[in-house]
Amino acid sequence: MISIRAKNQIDVWIAKYPKDRQSSAVMQALKIVQAENENILSASTIQEVADYLDMPGIAVQEVATFYENYNYKKVGKYVIRFCHNISCMLNGADDLIKHLENKLGVKTGEVTLDGLISVKKVECLGACVGAPMFQINEKYFENLTIDKIDKIVDNLK
Amino acid sequence: MNEVCFKNLTKDQCWSLKTYEDSGGYSVWRKILKGKFTSEQVIDELKLSGLRGRGGAGFPTGLKWSFMPRHSDGQKYVVCNSDEGEPGTCKDRDILRFNPHAVIEGMAIGGFVMNASVGYNYIRGEFMEPFKRFEGALEEAYKAGLLGQNINNSSINFDLYTHLGAGAYICGEETALLESIEGKKGQPRFKPPFPANVGLFGKPTTINNTESFASVPEILRCGGQWFADIGVENSGGCKLFSVSGHVTNPANFEVPMGISFKDLLEMAGGMRDGAKLKAVIPGGSSTPVLTAEIVMNMTMDYDGIEKAGSMLGAGSVIIMNESTCMVEVLTRLAHFYYDESCGQCTPCREGTGWLYRVLKRITDGNGRKGDIDLLLSVQNKIMGNTICALGDAAAMPVESFLRNFREEFEYYIKHRKSMVKG
Repeated sequence: MISIRAKNQIDVWIAKYPKDRQSSAVMQALKIVQAENENILSASTIQEVADYLDMPGIAVQEVATFYENYNYKKVGKYVIRFCHNISCMLNGADDLIKHLENKLGVKTGEVTLDGLISVKKVECLGACVGAPMFQINEKYFENLTIDKIDKIVDNLK
Repeated sequence: MNEVCFKNLTKDQCWSLKTYEDSGGYSVWRKILKGKFTSEQVIDELKLSGLRGRGGAGFPTGLKWSFMPRHSDGQKYVVCNSDEGEPGTCKDRDILRFNPHAVIEGMAIGGFVMNASVGYNYIRGEFMEPFKRFEGALEEAYKAGLLGQNINNSSINFDLYTHLGAGAYICGEETALLESIEGKKGQPRFKPPFPANVGLFGKPTTINNTESFASVPEILRCGGQWFADIGVENSGGCKLFSVSGHVTNPANFEVPMGISFKDLLEMAGGMRDGAKLKAVIPGGSSTPVLTAEIVMNMTMDYDGIEKAGSMLGAGSVIIMNESTCMVEVLTRLAHFYYDESCGQCTPCREGTGWLYRVLKRITDGNGRKGDIDLLLSVQNKIMGNTICALGDAAAMPVESFLRNFREEFEYYIKHRKSMVKG
């Protein structure tokens, strides 16, 4: 079930588009619903979004599998999205990713045993002059070093 | 330096409406609302200014705006492309964070000229800080009576909304972006028809990059000739260059077009730790790589970079020192395009996978004799054979890396290790 709160949030997006174009809100609707369901999308939540937006289930499914920001398996309370593309790579991102993996005892794509943190290697996040960088949930952290990473990660609770 | 989009960068709360208005912001929009600035004047000044699309294509903005069926009836749209994400490119994020009102004013002016009463700013999904900053600015602008219906009794309507992406580089391609706003997969449309005729929701639509829109108000306030004079022939004005990689102070610099590469490198503090320059990608990961010898005499403008054998693109300058293994860099770039191909066109969907897998096996120490020819053959089959430019963007670096650094690839295949790193 999509909560009233989520429906209200989705309605804010629907209002941005012309009448009968509520399907334009689908990307945000999926994000909102995902946030309410432990950050995972399932077949049933996708169908609920389809019903709410009066879209065919398959159309929502297509969107939900095309874009990168939707999850289908468990992620941590904090998702660390580490950029490994060229500017970050040139500035040592690969070694820092290894350090983070060792520190947390997980590989990229996995979640820590306590469910707190998951690490993901991602493509360019558009902060190349702050390389190396990662994103934790919504926030960017730039000019990373081993010390800086340790401090940031140790503060995640 | 920092004369247009970054004009207020060092000021306190540079993103606020007050800071923007104190430095002349919204003065053009207010003139338009009073009927003292016509759409023909806007187009003439933009043409005079030499402003070219800052997203990478470099199409003259004034000309683009004049192509819209401005005088026809019916709904039209203006759309801002803030879906920034090509490796090396990170300027629009700073414009949204530090000068959101310039984007709003530029879009409102665009809306007026194109006779479009609604605009959308498509911001990539990861840019939550810029998104919130832009939303805050929108709220300020509405409260100040600068947007909405019948603004200041001018009978001009302009409503502006944000649309958030969800992680897909391809949505920076303008027709994929429109599909995405319509709530679909971001797969580029076949052209023609062009968005100017059939765009968002099937209506005439103009799409410009964030930096292009943000440049418009200052150009109109100070005059097209003023802007043109900042730059050089064929490349009017100033441009944001994102200098990243092996430099001492990586940053975004707004500098006059035509500045020498040497001076730009110096602004970024020169090579870090005094290392020797090896290669430069001058305009973002899609643009051909250049060697140190060539760039040292290059000027940073459309013609200057083209003469050197590459493209200005979005002004994303990636600097590599002599410790860089070019085989590994190209493998990482190939992974990017493989990951981001939308899968619609076979040459791109399959070709980017081939490029990545062959390069991966080389860097894994399993390269085969003939792999270089195979890479060239695959890139050649992608080039020019896809609906959108992502295919070309994936292919172009391959050709230029192999042309300029072929011996490194041959060495990696033969010795199963990097020539640079050992």
